[in-house]
Amino acid sequence: MSDAARENVDIVAPAAKRRQFFLNGGHILLGLGGVMLAIVILTALFAPLIAPYDASATSPESLAPPSAAHWLGTDSIGRDVLSRMIVGGRTTLLITFSAVFLALVAGLILGLLSGYLGGLVDEIIMRALDIVFAFPVFLLALTVVAAIGPTIPNLILTIAIVYTPAMARVVRAPVLSVKQWDHVEAARSVGMSETRIVLRHVLPMVASPILVNTSLTLAQTIFTITALSFLGLGPPPPDPNWGGMVSESRQFMELAPMTVVGPAAAIVFATLTFIVLANGLRETLDVGN
Amino acid sequence: MTSATTPPLLEVEDLSVVFPARRGGAPVAAIDGVSFDIAPGQTLGLVGQSGSGKTTTGRAVLRLQAIHRGSVKLLGRDLTRMSRSELRGMRRHMQFVLQNPYSSLHPRMTIAQILAEPLRVHKSAPENRTRERVEELLTLVNMDPATMHRYPNAFSGGQRQRIAIARALAVNPDFVVCDEPVSALDVQTQAQIVALLQSLQEKLGVSYLFIAHDLAIVREVAHKVAVMFRGRIIEMGAAGQVYDAPAHPYTQMLLDAVPVPDPALQRERLRRAQPERHFPDDETARGPCAFGEDHALSGTSRWHRVTAEHGVSCRFWPENSPLPAHDRAMET
Repeated sequence: MSDAARENVDIVAPAAKRRQFFLNGGHILLGLGGVMLAIVILTALFAPLIAPYDASATSPESLAPPSAAHWLGTDSIGRDVLSRMIVGGRTTLLITFSAVFLALVAGLILGLLSGYLGGLVDEIIMRALDIVFAFPVFLLALTVVAAIGPTIPNLILTIAIVYTPAMARVVRAPVLSVKQWDHVEAARSVGMSETRIVLRHVLPMVASPILVNTSLTLAQTIFTITALSFLGLGPPPPDPNWGGMVSESRQFMELAPMTVVGPAAAIVFATLTFIVLANGLRETLDVGN
Repeated sequence: MTSATTPPLLEVEDLSVVFPARRGGAPVAAIDGVSFDIAPGQTLGLVGQSGSGKTTTGRAVLRLQAIHRGSVKLLGRDLTRMSRSELRGMRRHMQFVLQNPYSSLHPRMTIAQILAEPLRVHKSAPENRTRERVEELLTLVNMDPATMHRYPNAFSGGQRQRIAIARALAVNPDFVVCDEPVSALDVQTQAQIVALLQSLQEKLGVSYLFIAHDLAIVREVAHKVAVMFRGRIIEMGAAGQVYDAPAHPYTQMLLDAVPVPDPALQRERLRRAQPERHFPDDETARGPCAFGEDHALSGTSRWHRVTAEHGVSCRFWPENSPLPAHDRAMET
């Protein structure tokens, strides 16, 4: 190689060296969401250590008002509301995370197959999902749980099925356009296998909307699972869960309002966590503008 | 010059691509009956206006585009009859440099990863030599190997195109389709990339199908030139012949459209009214030709050889030439 040719080497553009990070609304939301998520997860993980009392232990003082001993009072059979609230998050979050994880995996597989392969495969997958999609989410979940029984695995499976179509659609839509991008064509012309193209060249490009949608689905799932519990189709007693606590206590709401307000606040906090997180992700990843 | 002893590297015969009908419309024949050969170490320049089917031809040759009819033979093997996995294996012999270097590189992969990918796919370098080969490739395209851990956004258009060329050359291909490799770059960078492609051809003996609309650049790089119009090759020959003695009026028109580097002369040329040119819309590979003769019926060939290496789409071109006394026309 001649020296003259060597001189053609351009120096890396200086603009690229200045990597800028402006602290905008998105970053603040993302930070707030992260802190809230940490609170939710840590509380659930270490629930038995944090909770001041055994969540199932009864005591003679029923429907006690908030006091130094029982910060949120006690319920109708004298159980500590705060302890039940802390421990109750475990079941709710376990179901929520497992169900959304399953929906995400199923949605990714179906959405990538459908969007990338197109044609008949796309038709079959999307029409099948349309059937599930046609039912209102809550009605479908209610019917399925009522039919197969409210155990924890059943609840996880039901909610996963109910949210899979929406997830698959969110995956499929950007794949349809990304698969025609130049770098995907370049990968194909290099001779890469289709699986490798999908995983290495298509999936990273569509990750942002999927991440945002996953966070939103988590928020919806918490709502769905607590609503099912409220209607008596949640995880079976005696393990506490937020929806069930609201349901059990609502007849004593006038006597001991904290028995309802406590778990309700927990539901709101957890739901809000994922909504804040989703909005933060959306702003920082620049999705859907 | 293709001598009879060296078989062509790439043989394309009667290649046609039809895009399916949009709702309420007829199917569109994007390219129709295209045939050409490329000898080892040679460049065929493919020129024509936008929409004439240049890029589609390039993609169809690489089998990135479904073809309707015809055959593509690379190294004597017919690509149109291969299974998907066989074709993937053949891709180590043929590579692609896309037009836009800003979109043809994966934005979230480093240069090293981008260049290592073809090596891994075709196992053309052992795992422990990958890094060495990546450095070698970057040096080959006059880039600093130290930049290999940066992402594409750290590079200018010209540098990105060098990286794209390095990626194409990673597996030592015999044949590269360059689809307008310089049209997205500024003029000075264009010259650098063209010079790079030429020096790589000398060094590695690779053949190019060089697609471009810039006639001056094609003249610079191509040994043979094919002119496309509405999905057909209407004139093909050695670069000098096509440029200096165009036989088809469409080629003449394209050449006339190139500005001359003399302001006074160029002004004069612009002032002169351009002669009205009509090119028959319905000139297809089948059916009657521009002059109303159905060559298939009359048994004559439509491809007319002006000289041994220079052909034109119909034997009646150039317009004024008398009908050839003895039919020198040959089967396309």
